[in-house]
Amino acid sequence: MITLGDYLIVSGILFAIGFAGVMLRRNLIIILMSLELMLNAANLSLVAFSRFRVDPTGLPDYNAQVFVFFIITVAAAEVAVGLAILVALYRARQTTDVNDISSLRF
Amino acid sequence: MSPFLFWIFALLTLIFGAAVVINRNPVASALSLVVSFLGLAALFMSLNAYFIGIIQVLVYAGAVMVLFLFIVMLLDLRAEEARRINWLASAGGLAVTLILLGQIFSVISNLKFAHNPFPRLAGSTIDDVRNIGAVLFRNYNLPFQIVGVLVLVATIGVVLLSKREPR
Repeated sequence: MITLGDYLIVSGILFAIGFAGVMLRRNLIIILMSLELMLNAANLSLVAFSRFRVDPTGLPDYNAQVFVFFIITVAAAEVAVGLAILVALYRARQTTDVNDISSLRF
Repeated sequence: MSPFLFWIFALLTLIFGAAVVINRNPVASALSLVVSFLGLAALFMSLNAYFIGIIQVLVYAGAVMVLFLFIVMLLDLRAEEARRINWLASAGGLAVTLILLGQIFSVISNLKFAHNPFPRLAGSTIDDVRNIGAVLFRNYNLPFQIVGVLVLVATIGVVLLSKREPR
């Protein structure tokens, strides 16, 4: 029997994988992909809670699914802007490695 | 959904999610991300969220991944050569990740209702898109329009950012 906890554990591991990607990788594109993984992990737990909270008429809680819809929209906009910044950066510096982009480092 | 299918799709999502982080070649990472998103879409469908699952396939596995692959190929990124790894920073990042993972596990294991089965739905087929649309346009009309403006601003921003500066 699959319970809510199983979905939450999968979501938690997926979030940790994305977090590790942001922490460990130095390539900006991979960092953006890891951000997407973290957003999706949040989506999975939201949908699992939505399915868990069934109202008396037997329908899942659609507020959470609408929230997931908004997250997907904002994530798509974020990816577009992030990749545009990446292209502009690559044009200026010919690199996507975060170690080479340290003008603002203290 | 049978536990067997759940674990297959969960493992698919997690293994290919880890492959995104581990692969050195950005193209391989992007393709692993597609498989991971498809597994996640299957998990959404197993939770009876068909609309979200389809949106996941269309927007993420479709549009976003095409964007990623396009940029990777436009910039002609090769597999990054092995650089000198800062072991201290890597160990720190790994330690923070493991602490986060432990925290997540402890929170989930302390949830009292985490082992309850999912409640039954009204029917095997529920009118998913119609219900989400009703909630979206009745209760969340203003946020919906704000998101529309956000997407417009993002579009204009992308055009401005990728415009070449006249010298």
